[in-house]
Amino acid sequence: MDFIAIFSIFVLACFVGYFVVWSVTPALHTPLMSVTNAISSVIIVGALIASAAAGSASSKWLGLAAVVMASINIFGGFAVTARMLAMYKKKER
Amino acid sequence: MEFQSILSAATGGHGAVNPWAAVAYLVAGVLFILALRGLSSPATAQSGNRFGMAGMTIAVVTTLLTHAPVTAAGALDTIGLVEILVAIGIGAVIGIVMARRIAMTAMPQLVAAFHSLVGLAAVAVAAAAYLNPTAFGIADAAGQIHVVSRVEMGLGIAIGAITFSGSVIAFLKLNGNMSGSPIMLPGRHIINLGTLAAIVALTAYFTQDQSPWVFWTVTGLSFAIGFLLIIPIGGADMPVVVSMLNSYSGWAAAAMGFTLGNTAMIITGALVGSSGAILSYIMCRAMNRSFISVIAGGFGADDSGGGAGGSKEQRPWKPGSAEDAAFLMSQAENVIIVPGYGMAVAQAQHALREMADQLKKEGVNVKYAIHPVAGRMPGHMNVLLAEANVPYDEVFELEDINGEFAQCDVAFVIGANDVTNPAAKTDKSSPIYGMPVLDVEKAKTVLFVKRSMGGVGYAGVDNDVFYMDQTMMLLGDAKKMADDIVKALSGSGH
Repeated sequence: MDFIAIFSIFVLACFVGYFVVWSVTPALHTPLMSVTNAISSVIIVGALIASAAAGSASSKWLGLAAVVMASINIFGGFAVTARMLAMYKKKER
Repeated sequence: MEFQSILSAATGGHGAVNPWAAVAYLVAGVLFILALRGLSSPATAQSGNRFGMAGMTIAVVTTLLTHAPVTAAGALDTIGLVEILVAIGIGAVIGIVMARRIAMTAMPQLVAAFHSLVGLAAVAVAAAAYLNPTAFGIADAAGQIHVVSRVEMGLGIAIGAITFSGSVIAFLKLNGNMSGSPIMLPGRHIINLGTLAAIVALTAYFTQDQSPWVFWTVTGLSFAIGFLLIIPIGGADMPVVVSMLNSYSGWAAAAMGFTLGNTAMIITGALVGSSGAILSYIMCRAMNRSFISVIAGGFGADDSGGGAGGSKEQRPWKPGSAEDAAFLMSQAENVIIVPGYGMAVAQAQHALREMADQLKKEGVNVKYAIHPVAGRMPGHMNVLLAEANVPYDEVFELEDINGEFAQCDVAFVIGANDVTNPAAKTDKSSPIYGMPVLDVEKAKTVLFVKRSMGGVGYAGVDNDVFYMDQTMMLLGDAKKMADDIVKALSGSGH
């Protein structure tokens, strides 16, 4: 994919992000932060590529370290978001 | 041939392009959008979170399949795969234990800690790509990294390093390991601007010369600027800082997405980047502070702004007891509770909810009014109330409830101060002038729970609400006061 194609996706995604985030209810801004934390760890994709690649031992170990860090975020981020969201209850009538 | 090399760059340089992988990453990106979309209402939020998990699973599995470790002979490298799975397992255990154990009052610290990990992971990935560019498909046959990739890599490492070191400082300040008061270095603006200029210049030079010294100097300077940028920012501004770092962690992921040509990373980076930016804007607006002045730092450092007007005279105020409060509220038709962070510090949220339950039993209409900066991060107070089983449809945001104070019989302020101060609307000399505040002074009666008459809020200003005729000051610990009111209510009850 050439740079312009990727850049177009990026710009459009920024607009999607703008509208989606403004529609998030302020009551859920803390879960929003923890879930964005979890999904920004999609950087694990790069870490996995580095860990699996042959040719450089230091690159591989940096990759594995990044896999651990990103995994903490992914599992921790989704788990803490789920824990918070489970607390939000409607009035029982 | 040229075409082939572009394609292989898109897949990370592992031979022919796999269109299924590209589709899978796109699906992951769409699922991440749906994850945030779900947060538009508490009713759909949990399914949104599951969309997020599904998206992440797709991204990870796709990468493991297309980039499985192989031996020199071309077979699957089992040991390599086990190493990766062990790394994921270690992260999973640490992450889940942290998520289970964390107290809801400590959420801002946890989020800051998570941000620092994203930042450091981005730095590690950028460094790994620099050390082994052919594995990432970003170098030509001679091992020269593509110029575009160098820029993306420089951006990725700079943003990642700033996110890491900035988040570490934010964590230490929020966690109380480091004083919340701003640390002002002499000439810090010049040092910061100089460092930023050096990072930009070196990144530009990196496109001409990919020597290790350039790469590692950019990395080192970026770590340094993260520390330098956050240490002069005071504790009161941490909600903005945490949101801003949230944004940075997104831009770091996006930069790496450009390097790898990965749509899931680019979409996510853009989502998270805009999310953090919007939250920073909302927090700044709620404090009536410009983003630039927050970043420049120093708020709360000098006490020159405090004591607006400087009137030191003792003004009369009316003390009250838990019994008085119980009586007033049980006779009321509408009660609005205004909780602040002091309420959470005193761990009074459960006692407060019991009090509200008692009142509801007596037929009182109870609502909660939340100021955007009531907690230590955006939406923090809502989580603390939800934890205490307060139904979310009884909790209202400032702009939705502010008109109702004029019709309410009792405003019950607990652990909040500055966010109720009418000086923000009237007194141009006040340091909080212009900040949106809750109009508690319009209520028929104000019950103000406060530890003592001495202490003042973050901004260090006196609050006229204390001295109004219709205000009754309930002095004491927030939890004990709420407990006592519950006792008084159940005593008078049936």
